Amino acid sequence: MRLVSCGPFDDLIMRYAIPLVIFLVIAGFLASRLRDGYDPRILPSVLIGKPAPDFQLPELRDPTKKFSPKDLRGKVWLLNVWGAWCFGCRQEHPFLMELSKDGTLPIYGLDWNDKREAALSMLAELGDPYVLSGFDPDGRVAVDYGVTGAPETYLIDKQGVIRYKEVGQLTPEIMQNKILPLVRELNK
Amino acid sequence: MKLIVVFLAILFSVPVIALAKEARPVSDDPELEKRVMALSEELRCLVCQNETLAGSNAELAVNLRNQIREQMTAGKSDREIIAFMTERYGKFILFRPPVDRTTYLLWFGPFILLLAALIFLFRYVRRRRELIVDTPLTAAERRRAEDLLQTESGKTAA
Repeated sequence: MRLVSCGPFDDLIMRYAIPLVIFLVIAGFLASRLRDGYDPRILPSVLIGKPAPDFQLPELRDPTKKFSPKDLRGKVWLLNVWGAWCFGCRQEHPFLMELSKDGTLPIYGLDWNDKREAALSMLAELGDPYVLSGFDPDGRVAVDYGVTGAPETYLIDKQGVIRYKEVGQLTPEIMQNKILPLVRELNK
Repeated sequence: MKLIVVFLAILFSVPVIALAKEARPVSDDPELEKRVMALSEELRCLVCQNETLAGSNAELAVNLRNQIREQMTAGKSDREIIAFMTERYGKFILFRPPVDRTTYLLWFGPFILLLAALIFLFRYVRRRRELIVDTPLTAAERRRAEDLLQTESGKTAA
């Protein structure tokens, strides 16, 4: 008995093409994860399309007043999660200021895991883009909203349903391409 | 010498300070605390995603552990608390992913790969076997082989 051939691996295709294909598949997968803007920490929100969780929080500026999303029925508005400790929020801040001057979309704040003095001094220093902010020092409301970090922004419609969530900073591009078209539709 | 002592004192005081900073509000009930930590082991810290809630000191993890503690004190079962968490953060918060439509690939993928490899191996071996051609020996070759075998066995016998 004698072996005529070393087997199917003699074929050029088997020998080179298959490893090449496997390599390309793996490389392609890895490249897709490296693409600009991909962040594994950004999770799909389970709350989109669901009613925004209700809460009653003292206002940041005036603790005797309460802030509840129920008071905003009939409005389309943004809920922006922030904190004076949060670097990304400071970076996002100028854009929020611009947005608030524009006045098309009211921004309400959720001051998360923060100290009142720190939050107030940040707003005194950089300006206050919020109609008002709820003060959530132990993150209770943030947990109800599935917040994983700051800044995060929710778009809430007239019926109090969450329509969009942005994890990370709002940018003019996100506003133009994603949020404003939705707002136009919701305001119809 | 004095300088060294001072230096060492500072050096060793640092971990103490660090420890003090990490102290977090815990209840006095060790049984409850055990339950909180056990459940926290099952949940993912969403800030540092490879850590469990039990192992993380991220502020969000502390918030979530406080939630768990409170809900346990209020008499909620583990199952109810897990439902509370997944309603807000999705199934991703579960450190042990449940078997469902979105995780079939995760759970069964390795077995599918194993099966594919076995099928490939089986076919490869079978194909190789087909390539082996039976070429009968010529009369001269046979005689030579017999000679060799005999001398070989003769040697061992001797």
